[in-house]
Amino acid sequence: MKELDYSIVEEAAKQLYIKALCELPPDVRIALKNAYAKETNPAARSVFDAIFKAIDIADTKKTLLCQDTGLPIYKVKIGSKYNWNGAAIKKCLSEGARRATQEFPFRSSSTHTITRINPQTSVGPGLPVIYYDFADDVDTLDILMVPKGSGSENMSKMQMFYPQHGIKAVKKFILDTVIESGANPCPPGIIGVGLGGTADLVMKLAKDAIVRPVGQRNPDPMLAEMEIELEEAINATGRGPMGLGGDISCLAVHIEAAYTHITQNPVAVNTQCWPARRARAIITPSGNVTYGY
Amino acid sequence: MSKTHHLTSPFSEEVIRSLNAGDIVYFDGPLFGIRDLTQIHIFDKGNPPPVDLTGMPCIHTAPSLRRVGDKWEKICVGTTTSTRMDRFTPGLIGQYGVRAIIGKGGLYQGSLDAMQKYGAVYLAIVGGAASLETEQIEEVEAVYFEELHPEALYRFRVKNFGPLTVAMDSHGRHLYEEVGAKIKEKLPEIYKKLGVI
Repeated sequence: MKELDYSIVEEAAKQLYIKALCELPPDVRIALKNAYAKETNPAARSVFDAIFKAIDIADTKKTLLCQDTGLPIYKVKIGSKYNWNGAAIKKCLSEGARRATQEFPFRSSSTHTITRINPQTSVGPGLPVIYYDFADDVDTLDILMVPKGSGSENMSKMQMFYPQHGIKAVKKFILDTVIESGANPCPPGIIGVGLGGTADLVMKLAKDAIVRPVGQRNPDPMLAEMEIELEEAINATGRGPMGLGGDISCLAVHIEAAYTHITQNPVAVNTQCWPARRARAIITPSGNVTYGY
Repeated sequence: MSKTHHLTSPFSEEVIRSLNAGDIVYFDGPLFGIRDLTQIHIFDKGNPPPVDLTGMPCIHTAPSLRRVGDKWEKICVGTTTSTRMDRFTPGLIGQYGVRAIIGKGGLYQGSLDAMQKYGAVYLAIVGGAASLETEQIEEVEAVYFEELHPEALYRFRVKNFGPLTVAMDSHGRHLYEEVGAKIKEKLPEIYKKLGVI
């Protein structure tokens, strides 16, 4: 087979950033419609009206839904049945994010953490954030792009509980974190929860949780039940859309879990705002690109 | 009972004092864009705004704009979280006569006190809906403190800008605090149902 032209991967990385910023995934649209159907507070219903208008305008004018272009995150799954060049992929993702920013053009939200100088490229040391994973029995490269806005990311929290605190402390922590974040993360969004692992893995699990399509439950029945319980608790608070009061305070709670140390009981919350943006590309070794979510 | 108001900026004290928490507002006219750096420049570095803000609404934003000749064109204008900029708000209202702060997330007690004293409101916009806001901005009329772009001082002209919810009014009502107080009341029961106490 002829060697893959990696400019295809770079172009896909660019298109994914733009697509994610402009087109809300179908599962999120359905979740918002379902939420609207349940909402009884008139002020909250007017928030939903504005949300649907904004989605329509972004669709018809092919423009950004939210001005916060976020930090670019790429989650890559490399198929084992093709000899993908990991170093080339890494370069393509960074170049794609930079080109999307400068060629669309949109605001770079990425800056030096001390000097606060923003070179308007969306990339730099550590950015884009890239996660690598591998898949058996396929030859494709699967790229999921997530632009993560700061209103929700600034509300992230993690806690290393001890085993003696049990699941009770974990559930209370999740609910309290959502309550404390108030109107800031643009509710109603997706509450991503990580359980177990190490301090860094638990936060990564919470991030994995926010990109799961709304409507899908964790396959583990124990975790699925916990997702439902927490959704009910969060919506019972009455915080409402944009924190102004109402029946719907979150679209979903998603939990991802890993084994942890015998002395540890870690939990992390990573919230996603209502414009829960993401876009996916699946690339074949012959260079075909299929876009989705 | 919540009312819907269609207003024109700049606003008089009388109009602003007629607004109550929970009311919905749409307005036409000038709107000023401000952010962290704009206000650090004005208040911490001592550079007064080069334009009269009396009666004006100010929105917490950092717009994506494009320069075409000597004009600025909008690309995407959205709203950022207000709480970060709380400490500048009493100055904007008391010193410069601003009558409405537009943002998301709300402000604290000091700002609410200034609103009550001088006659101003906090109008909550739907965060994340930048495409709608951008559509409602007719023109970028001027950019002051241009060297601070995208955190300069912007004068936009807007048409039917909204819906905005009066979240903090000039009578001391604070909608976010009221929602928060209700949550506090319900919390023991929610904890109990969740099995955490």
